[in-house]
Order: sequence, then structure tokens, then C-alpha cells
Amino acid sequence: MSNLLEVRDLCVTFVTPDRTVHAVNGMSFDLRRGETLGILGESGSGKSVTLRSILRLHPERRTRWSGSIRLEGDEVLEMGPRALSDLRGGRVAMIFQEPATAFDPVFTIGQQIAETIRRHTGKSDTDAWRRARELLELVRIPSPAQRLKAYPHEMSGGMRQRAMIALALSCNPSLLLADEPTTALDATVQIQVLLLVRELQREFDLGVIFVTHDIGVAVEVSDRIGVMYAGKIIEMAPVAEMVDAPQHPYSRGLLASTVHGGMRGQRLEAIPGAPPDLATAPTACSFAPRCRFAEARCTAAPPPLAAVAEGHQVRCVLAA
Amino acid sequence: MDTLLRAEDRGGPAQPLLLATGLRKHFPVGGGLFGSGRKVVRAVDDLTLSVEKGETLGVVGESGCGKSTVARLLIRLIRPDQGSVVLDGDPVDEPHGISVSELRRQVQMVFQDSYASLNPRLTIAETLAFAPKAHGVPAAEARERTHDLLAKVGLDPKSFADRYPHELSGGQRQRVNIARALALRPRLVILDEAVSALDKSVEAQVLNMLVDLKTELELTYLFISHDLNVVQYLSDRVLVMYLGKIVELGPVEAIYGDPRHPYTRALLSARPSMDPRKRTREAPIQGDPPNPIDPPSGCRFRTRCPFAEDVCARVEPALADAGAQAVACHMQVKGSGHSKAAV
Ligand SMILES: Nc1ncnc2c1ncn2[C@@H]1O[C@H](COP(=O)(O)OP(=O)(O)OP(=O)(O)O)[C@@H](O)[C@H]1O
Ligand SMILES: Nc1ncnc2c1ncn2[C@@H]1O[C@H](COP(=O)(O)OP(=O)(O)OP(=O)(O)O)[C@@H](O)[C@H]1O
Ligand code: SF4
Ligand code: SF4
Ligand SMILES: [Mg+2]
Ligand SMILES: [Mg+2]
Repeated sequence: MSNLLEVRDLCVTFVTPDRTVHAVNGMSFDLRRGETLGILGESGSGKSVTLRSILRLHPERRTRWSGSIRLEGDEVLEMGPRALSDLRGGRVAMIFQEPATAFDPVFTIGQQIAETIRRHTGKSDTDAWRRARELLELVRIPSPAQRLKAYPHEMSGGMRQRAMIALALSCNPSLLLADEPTTALDATVQIQVLLLVRELQREFDLGVIFVTHDIGVAVEVSDRIGVMYAGKIIEMAPVAEMVDAPQHPYSRGLLASTVHGGMRGQRLEAIPGAPPDLATAPTACSFAPRCRFAEARCTAAPPPLAAVAEGHQVRCVLAA
Repeated sequence: MDTLLRAEDRGGPAQPLLLATGLRKHFPVGGGLFGSGRKVVRAVDDLTLSVEKGETLGVVGESGCGKSTVARLLIRLIRPDQGSVVLDGDPVDEPHGISVSELRRQVQMVFQDSYASLNPRLTIAETLAFAPKAHGVPAAEARERTHDLLAKVGLDPKSFADRYPHELSGGQRQRVNIARALALRPRLVILDEAVSALDKSVEAQVLNMLVDLKTELELTYLFISHDLNVVQYLSDRVLVMYLGKIVELGPVEAIYGDPRHPYTRALLSARPSMDPRKRTREAPIQGDPPNPIDPPSGCRFRTRCPFAEDVCARVEPALADAGAQAVACHMQVKGSGHSKAAV
């Protein structure tokens, strides 16, 4: 059973005249067909950079890469312009927090979805519009025929987010990259969109990478969860195991410091300090300055990824 | 030595620290772009609330329901179209009451965007000393007070006093904002999404700090957030807003344990599950919140309410006691005409 996506030792460094950012520092993970991987991490941990790497969306001149990203066996980091355009417009689709970036404000939703379909499938005008309408129905936009004629700004936030999902599905991708698509939505709308993503994932047997900083959101959509810190996955486990028995001190701290019902009156177990500056490549466990279990070997070298159970890996000397 | 004394308690423990009655704010919108003009956003509509001494009152509701507008009305950053604000028995901006500047000394506010609210050209110490100096505190005392404040919010004065805002992390900047709000010794602090932009691990640090400061400085909080879990954690009472109106108000245990308004129930069950074995199967309500420019007649929630009936479109439900809380829903009012109401 081959994987849909294999990422190995991915490093992404941005070099600008005034600073260097080591945004991703050795990411490795697999994604099976039809699987949803949740990537959980705090601001700046490298979630978006990882997703954008899969589409090679970084500014070519300022970005240094190493490692490998294989989609259905094809090496993304070596693709030429033709293969890249195939990748971006067909095999892989991406949805974002802000749907405004996906749509052009001067064309209607229908024009944009139909045009995308036409370009990628060679369908006739009529067929493309029919398909666009089906897609709006699929994402549960009420009165889809009318909505096709709407401009992006004429839709509510939740509706635009649905339209962006319809646009993403219009080229029959096998991989959907979701970068916090529900973060800006209201609570009652967020849950609707999460359920929609889950349903479409099943219906189209999509591989999904869903990036979020919200544990509850990750739990709702993921089969497995990878926790990121300073540009690395520091723990990967099936969702239930991650929630019940996180092993890495950072994952444990993150779960313990997340406020939920029934914590009233208790003192929160906060993680002291703040995430590291990414100006230099890590030569130790990046979490060591905040970790209460840190010892000499934690700062001697970056800890390896150790398997603690079937499908459960932890990057910490205590787990090795 | 101490130039700036905290305002005395005047009305006694039973007198609400802050009482707002019949607050209304409608913003005119449109004109040019969509033709007609003359439209208004009913951001806050005839809203009455009190904040009791020493409590934390949580305010929740979806984006655009008017939470920040309420906060801005309470400290007169904007003028209400109607309604009054009374601070510990003294009406604000009225002949026999207190001035707006006195109100703003006793009531301080912390916003979400920690970066935008700090002057990039002032050091942290300068920022913190600014308001006390403006209130006549001598420079030496203001400096000492600054160091004291930094220590209180968990920032080492020696290392942080001379830094500029861009040299701080988001969590550190928000601590500075809180320190600044405390500089004038307020009695009430309004926290408007004050921890919303922070990462979870840092949010927990700041929440612990807010709890400590409240006890140490005998503060009262109005805590606005869209995060229901954080509001539950901090609040004694909770106020739920929908499209410019209060739909439910009561003790935190009642709101979370026995919510009565259909919107409160939907909001609570829309929270993502933390248990992968009990994922959400169905969204509690469909659709988006309607446009506040033209809110539905009668009950503003009726377009999304699974229990809406004729009476809900005709009559606006008033906030009335139900259980331990107050609820604005016809189902809770005897003889309202709703089929689920007692007769
Ligand atoms: N094009 C770029 N040039 C330089 N630095 C970049 C670029 N893109 C991202 N970065 C930096 O890389 C780091 C990781 O950023 P990334 O956007 O992946 O974080 P994230 O985990 O998605 O955070 P958030 O939750 O805030 O979206 C950050 O320090 C960011 O400033
Ligand atoms: N100065 C203004 N002019 C016009 N409309 C305004 C103005 N300020 C607020 N509004 C509108 O009033 C309504 C209430 O806004 P408010 O900022 O109080 O909501 P909120 O509950 O704080 O939302 P959020 O959770 O997004 O912060 C919104 O529809 C908003 O667009
Ligand atoms: S490797 Fe060491 S410092 Fe890093 S998380 Fe494990 S114990 Fe803590
Ligand atoms: S008054 Fe009617 S529409 Fe409003 S919440 Fe109650 S039942 Fe629903
Ligand atoms: Mg991001
Ligand atoms: Mg607001």
C-alpha cells in the first residue's frame, strides 16, 4: 500500500538581506490515501510553511530547501514548471483561513469556479457551469444557481469559506491542504464547515492535511495528529492516543494548558517561556529552554524520533 | 509618597460597580456604495447590565454581535445614542455625576491587538509611565511604579523596562498592556479578547496572572471573549449576546450547566469535542448569523432557531427570569403564546 505523500527530512530556510529564518527543520511524515492528518502547533511553528512547501509556493530566490517531498512517487522539489502547474491546479488543492485570497473580487463565484473547471478538464462552457452548480450544492450553499452569480464580497464569511472549498474540489484533487480554514469563523459556523470537510473527505476519499492551533478542531477532523514545535514534528500519534497519552513534554504541556470545561478554580499548568527564535538552525532539543525535564544530553544534539507504540513516535530523549 | 490613590468605594458592597441602562448604539452605514444610504447597523440595542463589585462578568457571542461596542460605550470611547452609565452610584457625564476622564481612570481597558495598542517609539517604561505622569504623578514616583507594575505582570523590570515593543513576544506585549491598564489603579478592567491572540501555552500564563492580579489588587473584570472555555474558566456570571441584544444572563454554573436560550445551547454544543470517540455528528444550528443592518423582527434569533413560531416574529421577547438566570425567549415566558411555554 503506497503512500499518497511522503515527506522526508524537509528543511526550509528563508534568507533575506537582513535575516534568516529556519522555518522548517527536518519534517518527516507520510500520508495515506484517504487519511486526514492534523498538524497542531502554535504560531510560528512552521505549519503554513510546511503546507506551502508541498505546493512549492515559497519565493524561489529567497528560499533554501533540502529533503524530499514525494506525491504519488513524484518528487515535488524537482518538478519543472509544467509539472508544478499540474500539481497546483489539479492534484493538490489548498484552502486557507482567509477565502478572499482564493477569489478574485471582480469576478463572480460562478465565473471563477467554471473557468477553473474548463481549464483543467476541457469541459464545455455549459458543462463547466453545471458542474460548478453541483459543487455549490455539494458544499451546501443554499440556492446555488443564484449564488453562482454572486461576487465574493456579497457572501457571508461562512458562505465564502464553502465556496472556496467548492473551488478547491473543482479539479478533483487527491490531496487537500487545509490551513486553518475555520479559524476566522464563528463557533456555530466553524462546526458546520468542519463537518463538511469531514464528509467531503470521505466522499472523495481525499488525503487531507489539516493545520490548526486548536486541539478541539484537530480532534474533530483527524485520524492522526502531528504536533509541531520550532519547525519539527515532535510527536505523531493516532488521534485517540494523542489525546489520552501524549508523551512529549511539550504535547503534554499543550494539552494541560488548554482551558476546557471543569477547570474552574484550578490553576492552569502553563508552559513557562516562549517558543525559540528561528534565526539559527537547532543544534539541540528546541524545547529544552522551557522543559522541566531537560538534562545535559537534551542540549548536546537534537533528539531522534523514537517509536513508543504502533504509529506513535516521539522526539525526546526520555522516549528513546 | 503615593500621589495617585485608588478611588474609594462609595456606594457600599451592594451597589453595582458599574450599571448601564438602556444602552443603544446604531452606526449609520452605506450611502455611496450601495445607493440608498440611511441604513444603520444596530450594534447595541437597549442593553442593560450591571457589573457587581469584585466579580468577573464574562461576555460571549459571535463576531459582530456588539461585544466591543458595549465595552467602548461603557468607557465612553463612543457616545451612546441612548442610555446611561453609572459608576458606583455616580452617573457619568451628568451634572451631579463624575466626568468621563474620572470614569476612564477607574475603568481601564485591554484590547486584543497587543502590537497596535503600544506606541512603537516609546520604551516599555515610558509607555507605562505616560498616563500616571499625565495625572500628575512626579517622574521619580512614576518610574518606581513602572518597575513595580512590570514585576506584577511577571516581567523582570531590569530586562524589560528599556525595551521597545518590537523586542517583545506577543505574550510579553500583552502583559505590558495589562500593566498599563493597571497603572492608574483602576477598579474595573475591561478585557476585550485580551488573550485571544495568544498561543495556548502563553494564554495559560496570562490567565493565571489575571486571576492573581484580581485578588491582589481587588479588581473587578468585564471579560469579553469568543472562547467559551476561557469565559467559563474565569467568570462568575456570563452574559450571552446575539445581534446587539442580551439573550441570556446568569451565574456561570447555570449558563453552562442548564442553558435555557436556544442560542446559548447551540453556542455551547458547537464547541469542538475534545474526545475523538465522541465527535460532533451534527451542527447544532445551520447558516450564518444574519446581517445586523436589518435584523429579523421579533426575536432576532428566529431565522436560525429550531423552535421559532409565529409569536417569535411578531413580539420581541424580553429578558425575564427563568431558573437561576434571565432569558429572552418566548418559550420561557408563561402565556407568551409559544406552544412550548407554560400557560
Ligand atoms: N516567505 C517568508 N520569508 C521569511 N520568513 C517566513 C516566510 N514565510 C514564513 N516565514 C517565517 O517562518 C516561520 C514559520 O511560519 P509559519 O507561517 O509556517 O508559521 P505557522 O505555524 O503557520 O504560524 P501561524 O499559526 O501563526 O499561522 C515564522 O517565523 C515566519 O515568520
Ligand atoms: N464605527 C463603526 N461604524 C460602523 N459599524 C460599526 C462600527 N463599529 C462596529 N460596527 C458594527 O457594529 C457591529 C458590532 O460590532 P462589534 O465590534 O461590537 O462586535 P463584536 O461582538 O465585538 O465582534 P468581534 O467578536 O468580531 O470582535 C458589527 O456589525 C460592526 O460591523
Ligand atoms: S529532549 Fe529533553 S529537553 Fe527536549 S523535550 Fe525531551 S526531556 Fe525535554
Ligand atoms: S423567542 Fe422564539 S425564535 Fe427566539 S429563541 Fe425563543 S423560540 Fe427561538
Ligand atoms: Mg500559519
Ligand atoms: Mg470585538
